[in-house]
Amino acid sequence: MSVLGYLIPISLVLGTAGLLFFVFTVRTNQYDDPEGDARRILNKDYDDRPKP
Amino acid sequence: MSVEAANFRPAISACPACIAAPSAEDMAARALPKEARIALSVPGAHCGACISTLERGLAQVPGVTDARVNLTLKRALISAAPHVTADSLIAAARGLGYEAYELDAGTLMATQQDKAGRDLLMRLAVAGFASMNVMLLSVSVWSGAEGATRDLFHWISAAIAFPTIAFSGQPFFANALKAWQTKRLNMDVPIVMAILLALATSLSETIQSGHHAYFDAALTLVFFLLAGRYLDYRTRAIARSAAQELAALEVPRAVRVTDGAEATVSVSELRVGDMILVRPGGRMPVDGEIVAGTSEIDRSLLTGESRPVFAAPGQMVSAGEVNLTGPLTLRASAVGQDTSLHRIADLVAIAESGRSRYTSLADMAARLYAPMVHIFAAVAFAGWYYATGDARLSLNIASAVLIITCPCALALAVPAVTTAASGRLFKRGLLIKDATALERLAQVDTVVFDKTGTLTAGVPEVGDLTHLGTRDLSLALALSRASAHPLSMALRQALTARGVTPAAVTDIHEVPGYGTEGTWAGRRVRLGRAQWVGADATAATAAWLSVAGEPPVEITFTDRLRPGAAEAVTALKASGRTVILMSGDSTGAVAAMADRLGITQWLAEALPGDKAARIAALQAQGKRVLMVGDGLNDTAALAAAHVSISPASALDAARVASDIVLLGTDLSPIAEAIHTAEMATRRIKQNFMLAKMYNLVAVPLAVAGLCSPLIAALAMSSSSIIVSLNALRLR
Repeated sequence: MSVLGYLIPISLVLGTAGLLFFVFTVRTNQYDDPEGDARRILNKDYDDRPKP
Repeated sequence: MSVEAANFRPAISACPACIAAPSAEDMAARALPKEARIALSVPGAHCGACISTLERGLAQVPGVTDARVNLTLKRALISAAPHVTADSLIAAARGLGYEAYELDAGTLMATQQDKAGRDLLMRLAVAGFASMNVMLLSVSVWSGAEGATRDLFHWISAAIAFPTIAFSGQPFFANALKAWQTKRLNMDVPIVMAILLALATSLSETIQSGHHAYFDAALTLVFFLLAGRYLDYRTRAIARSAAQELAALEVPRAVRVTDGAEATVSVSELRVGDMILVRPGGRMPVDGEIVAGTSEIDRSLLTGESRPVFAAPGQMVSAGEVNLTGPLTLRASAVGQDTSLHRIADLVAIAESGRSRYTSLADMAARLYAPMVHIFAAVAFAGWYYATGDARLSLNIASAVLIITCPCALALAVPAVTTAASGRLFKRGLLIKDATALERLAQVDTVVFDKTGTLTAGVPEVGDLTHLGTRDLSLALALSRASAHPLSMALRQALTARGVTPAAVTDIHEVPGYGTEGTWAGRRVRLGRAQWVGADATAATAAWLSVAGEPPVEITFTDRLRPGAAEAVTALKASGRTVILMSGDSTGAVAAMADRLGITQWLAEALPGDKAARIAALQAQGKRVLMVGDGLNDTAALAAAHVSISPASALDAARVASDIVLLGTDLSPIAEAIHTAEMATRRIKQNFMLAKMYNLVAVPLAVAGLCSPLIAALAMSSSSIIVSLNALRLR
């Protein structure tokens, strides 16, 4: 059962990392236009290079 | 600022422009930031190709540095050099085939930094993270962890659960406290009781190294409830912000004339006695008396009359009327809140207070539900304590009952459906402003339409031309080309489309308020009002063509139907609803329109009060009335009706009074909206049934003491997910 000593902290750290990442996405307005983003990915305009 | 600037300068000046020029500069510097951010509403955008077309097209407008389309909100945000105006961008969007309206960027920025929404989302995310982690530990316990391992898991769960609930549960705690203080029971009271009791019993079980802890249940509960609340908030916030932005559509500016110098000022700066210049195409900003100029004015937004009215010095005009042909100078007699525009808007407030408070399905459910939950839990506790005398066991069972009955599915039942339905309607160009509008819309059995501006586009269309010879047609075209009057423009369009060539009329000039005049083959020719050409006016909207020495010829006009108007009326009638036409316009025009659309019941020359009274009478007969209207004369009726819709082109008073705003010009989504609303109401009721069934199965289990944390978690999650999926079927 000593493996729990590693696994539990690891699961908590991973979970916290996920949460922090989510907080980052909210702060950078990544949920403002879900509909448009879903369509933009099919757009060929910026396939070769990113938007200037 | 321009007022101060004018005050500091000497009143007597050799050159009036010297006064105007610096203040005009001031104005420009103040109104334009370093880089203009312009927001446009683009109701027609719906696909990936629309994004590329619009972004590329708008970026080609000189001065535009960046254009980004938001498809979810059907909006385009443009960064551009200060000299770029919204009008040029709107023209560009029109050129690409999209309707566009300017939105007030100031209001927009305010709604973008939506603190409350982010706050809820953060709490939701934390609750989600915590419940997943605790669930992981709980699964190990359920699959057989024993002794010290189980205790350790329970302690870790407790360490996660307490801070999480302290943070994520705050909205519920705040609401429950408010309800407690006002001695009223709302949905949040049983929620908070369940959460707190679950935490307390779980903690005491953990301390005594017991078998069951409900930390995971308390957390998933908070997670699902927050999800429901967030959906609810989002639907409302989007509708509210969009409605506010629409309200800012009309940028209120007026041209004030001081000692011969013109200055553009904000309407709020106007005072009684000011001289105001209203150019052709402009809207009267104040009530006043005409002191110079002749023209025709369009009063349709105030009265519903489709025919332009002659205007000359000495005549009174009201705010909201549109000047058509010649420049007019007014002396303001009432400004701001005192204008007739605002007085009619006050009618709305009166009508609204008369509208019976509608109890939404969710409120009704909550009112029944909250006391039931408490009674069940209390009975379970009392029963078990009486039977066994074991307080710890009884308390555990009571908390299990509270958790099981906690209205997870119920909290999701309505918001999930309204979110799906509003999303679906938004895609069709309808904006739901009021939370209960969908439920009310589903009950509608009578639909009342306004005519001018609602069923018609407010643009005249040339009627029969067969009685005009080729010579008259080419004369009419030549004369109509000299004027920007709506009737002239319609005539010009129709004649050009027929391939008529203009006659060689010389010396053409417009006589504002009357018509256009010219010389053809040595004879005077005129196109204009009946009296001016020496004819007797008839009931129809008409322009008259006269050639000196011959009797004048009448050219009649009808109002052009809005796209989708015929379809909407047909679909509504096909669904068994009564359609009524009510207008302030003349009997002839209304009867013709009713006949054209196949509407059998109509009311003409209705005053604003008449419309509202008629609707009130219909509702007194037990009818549920949907009012569709745009004018100021409709606002009282819009507020009095069970539910109301107004187009985006309506005056802001009308939009404020209505529950739903139609973003595009097409009317056909109205019939579909009622259908969607019916489906949504059916889904809400189904969801309530599902939640009830779940309780019927789970509550006896909990009361019997058979409900382990595993069963609680399964029951709660599955019911919430089923309810959400049922709502998603609506998309």
